[in-house]
Amino acid sequence: MARVVVDVMLKPEILDPQGQAVQRALPRLGFEGISDVRQGKRFELEVDGPVDEAALARIHDLAESFLANTVIEDFTVRVEEVAEAAK
Amino acid sequence: MTARIGVVTFPGSLDDRDTQRAIRVAGAEPVALWHKDKDLKQVDAVVLCGGFSYGDYLRAGAIARFSPVMDTVIDQAKAGLPVLGICNGFQILTEAHLLPGGMLGNDHLHFICRDQKLRVENADTAWTTDYEAGQEIHIPLKNMDGRYVADRYTLDKLEAEGRVAFRYLDVNPNGSLNDIAGITNEAGNVVGLMPHPEHAVESLIGTGRTDGLPFFTSILKKLVNA
Repeated sequence: MARVVVDVMLKPEILDPQGQAVQRALPRLGFEGISDVRQGKRFELEVDGPVDEAALARIHDLAESFLANTVIEDFTVRVEEVAEAAK
Repeated sequence: MTARIGVVTFPGSLDDRDTQRAIRVAGAEPVALWHKDKDLKQVDAVVLCGGFSYGDYLRAGAIARFSPVMDTVIDQAKAGLPVLGICNGFQILTEAHLLPGGMLGNDHLHFICRDQKLRVENADTAWTTDYEAGQEIHIPLKNMDGRYVADRYTLDKLEAEGRVAFRYLDVNPNGSLNDIAGITNEAGNVVGLMPHPEHAVESLIGTGRTDGLPFFTSILKKLVNA
């Protein structure tokens, strides 16, 4: 049993006003020294069966066509092992 | 004979009835289309109307783009079917890659609702021939995710090919690049814009003007004369 995590971020050249709003709030909260914040999305996909190359390829296609809009966003796909005890 | 213009209703669509009414006011016959139905009922053109299809979950228009009706709309748009996307419909058209670029949240992070001045930049598309290039019009604008973005190459290409169909005047209400309010595809049959022409077709309501009506009379003339 494994979890696949897809992280989606706006492309670096695209303005992220939500991230900017978070960044501007930081000094008020006493956090100094953070020059930039960008906000993205994280998808956790619980996969039935083995996460083999074919399964990862399918998830990559899903991320590319649906979870991210690659005109405006970049994405990464990674496997995260889920410990049985933690379930 | 008049033209039959389909209006798609998705879960979360808001302006389907107003759009049907605008089509009727222009003298065409509106045809209700349903998101789960692949059948376009042999309409001559399609309008994707405003609203928040599927709650705008994931991204505005992202889930609607994969609905059964859109399979047919995408195929037929590529074959020349006139398609107009208004607001959420524009977002669906960019998600479907029928129009280049993408739509993001307004740069000021607020919902906007205002009477917006626009300049018609391209009066040669299927939906804009009843305007004159350079004409200034007032159309209601209401959205959360109205910021048009595209990479520099795409923007330059749109500008060079005259495919910016409408531009915001006086105020850029959402941070759209190059003040872009609406664009067209290369063939001119697919047009998308954020402002709502269907809310400006009768002098009694809306802006008190009928600046949005030429969208619907343009397409009617094109279809009837075809």
